[in-house]
Amino acid sequence: MTYLLVTNTISIQNLDFTYKGSAQKLINNLSLHIQKGDRFGIFGPNGAGKTTLMNLMTGLLPYSSGSIQLLGNEIKTNRNKIKTLFGFVPQDFSFYHELSPAENMEFFGAWAGLHKKQIKERTGELLNILSLTHVRDTPVKNFSGGMKRRVNLAIAVMHEPEILFLDEPTVGVDVQTRYAIIDYLKSLNEKGTTLVYTSHHLKEAEDLCNTVAMIDEGNIIVHDSLENLLKDHLQDGLEGLFLNLTGRAYRD
Amino acid sequence: MFKLWSTILKDFRILTRDKVGLTLMFLMPVVLAIVITSVQNSTFELVNENKIPLLIYNKDKKAVSIELEKALDKVGMFNINTIDTIKNGDDIKNHINTKDALIAAVIPENYSDKVLQKAKAVSRKALKDLDIPADPSAAVTDTAMNIILYYHPVLQQSFRKSIDGGLQSALQVVQSKYIVQSLYQYINDEAIPDSLENQIISNQTPVQQIAVSKGNMHGIPNATQHNIPAWTIFAMFFIVISLGSSVVREKLSGSIIRLRTLPTHFGISIISKEITYIIVTLLQAAVIFAIGKYLFPKMGLPALNIPHDISALLIVTLLCGWCAASFAICIGIFANTQEQANGFGAVSIVLLAAVGGLLVPSFAMPSSFQFIMRLSPLHWCLEAYYGLFLEEGNLKDIFTNITPLLTITILLQFLAWYGLKRKNLI
Repeated sequence: MTYLLVTNTISIQNLDFTYKGSAQKLINNLSLHIQKGDRFGIFGPNGAGKTTLMNLMTGLLPYSSGSIQLLGNEIKTNRNKIKTLFGFVPQDFSFYHELSPAENMEFFGAWAGLHKKQIKERTGELLNILSLTHVRDTPVKNFSGGMKRRVNLAIAVMHEPEILFLDEPTVGVDVQTRYAIIDYLKSLNEKGTTLVYTSHHLKEAEDLCNTVAMIDEGNIIVHDSLENLLKDHLQDGLEGLFLNLTGRAYRD
Repeated sequence: MFKLWSTILKDFRILTRDKVGLTLMFLMPVVLAIVITSVQNSTFELVNENKIPLLIYNKDKKAVSIELEKALDKVGMFNINTIDTIKNGDDIKNHINTKDALIAAVIPENYSDKVLQKAKAVSRKALKDLDIPADPSAAVTDTAMNIILYYHPVLQQSFRKSIDGGLQSALQVVQSKYIVQSLYQYINDEAIPDSLENQIISNQTPVQQIAVSKGNMHGIPNATQHNIPAWTIFAMFFIVISLGSSVVREKLSGSIIRLRTLPTHFGISIISKEITYIIVTLLQAAVIFAIGKYLFPKMGLPALNIPHDISALLIVTLLCGWCAASFAICIGIFANTQEQANGFGAVSIVLLAAVGGLLVPSFAMPSSFQFIMRLSPLHWCLEAYYGLFLEEGNLKDIFTNITPLLTITILLQFLAWYGLKRKNLI
């Protein structure tokens, strides 16, 4: 008899979150489990709580009640340890524009806990993979939007994290760069990295994600494999599913 | 340590790529030091070496008024100009209005007669007290006539006061001389010999000025010695613009999000900025001191005398730099925008410089400001520097100045950490 051991990479239980000064809960008794090796997409209309949930999972926001565990480590009590487990690609460019990609990677690599030799090796490798070797010493401020997105991604994966959080990682890039980024993310996932992704670009999400959760008004409304969700809701694409579940009315 | 080193390297790279900011940080204080020292030095020379041009309109033209002109010349403060074309007070006003002269004195008609009459009257009173018979014809009024001093409104009060002092001194000499002559004449029935008159009138007690120093320095403090430390401190604290903005920029940019998700304490970033900018302030001080010592003499300005206790100078500079960096970081942490950091930073430094005695000497501060002055870190920096540059003291001598400076710096550190906690950055 063969046992298939399925482990949760991220486990969220009865999570509540309210912004300071606000009377309304933005995350309301939310529970969610993301399994190791998932390419997990979190979608929802504006203001649904996607970015807040992402910030809670990365420890950027402190939660008032409930539990979030990353690879079995409760965020609240293992803040430093969990920071070594994941990488984060924020929607904003999170690096120093005055520095070159190599200099940014050197700095953020050190902050991620890498040694000098590891930084040197990973920098060369990632710049090569993301086609940035020719501009490794050019200040990022002179780069196009697509190149900046690649730098943003390269820095996040410097320390080869087990979980990679991606908040709109391809905003404002051309089709070529988008495919290149998605292909790279898939290759990372094949090597074992769990991807947690959010975007409004649903065609791209359809291509990348194998598991999907829809969030609305601070709670998960559906959560299953993309294939099952499309089948269950009689939809042929993520966009149709999204509209079917969240409606067509403005949300902000 | 590798994390800290990488962060310092990052901060240095960012700093050195901001060429304009870097130029301003070094050029601004150098320009200030040169301009202010040159201006103060020329004022000093005007009063002490070049002499003040004084226009005299002598309506009297008799012995006593001519004697007064000579006495004014002897004071050594004035460059006397008696223009014959002046016919009346309006001519003088025209000269002043066109700034040919900034001050002019008018000696009234019959000035000599009046002074002589006054001398006789005073003598008579003195002799009457001694029961010595005096000339009954001397029973006249002892009122003297006014000397009118015209001045251009641009002349500051302190400047006018020193001019007035010089003028009073000359008048005193002339009037005393004629009183002495008159007294001698009554008593001895003959004119006073010149040698005796000189002995009586001339000052027998010359004043020697000695600058009090702890290190037996014999040099006279000059405008450079006063200005270089003051403007060095000003420059150090003006890093608030660059460092405060840098902290705000980091807080507002996306990089803070990534930094907070990495397994390194955000405090490393703050410590790195402090170290980077302390090094900047040390370099600023080195550049300004070097300019004071080597470039100023070539520009005709007095050279800066570097204190003999170099280690004390280094410690004070280091403490001033640390305090300046701590202040700037506090501003950066509490400001919500770069505009807030720049505006408040610049204004607060000018205010702290003003109450700290950098713009107005601390001894000249009103008593109500004496307490506020002690709250300004710039005041303690300046006092510590003056202890080394002007008094030639050592570290022990300036201990009472660096202790409050250190206390203020530590308080600023606590305030910065409190701000970081409050803003959920650590």
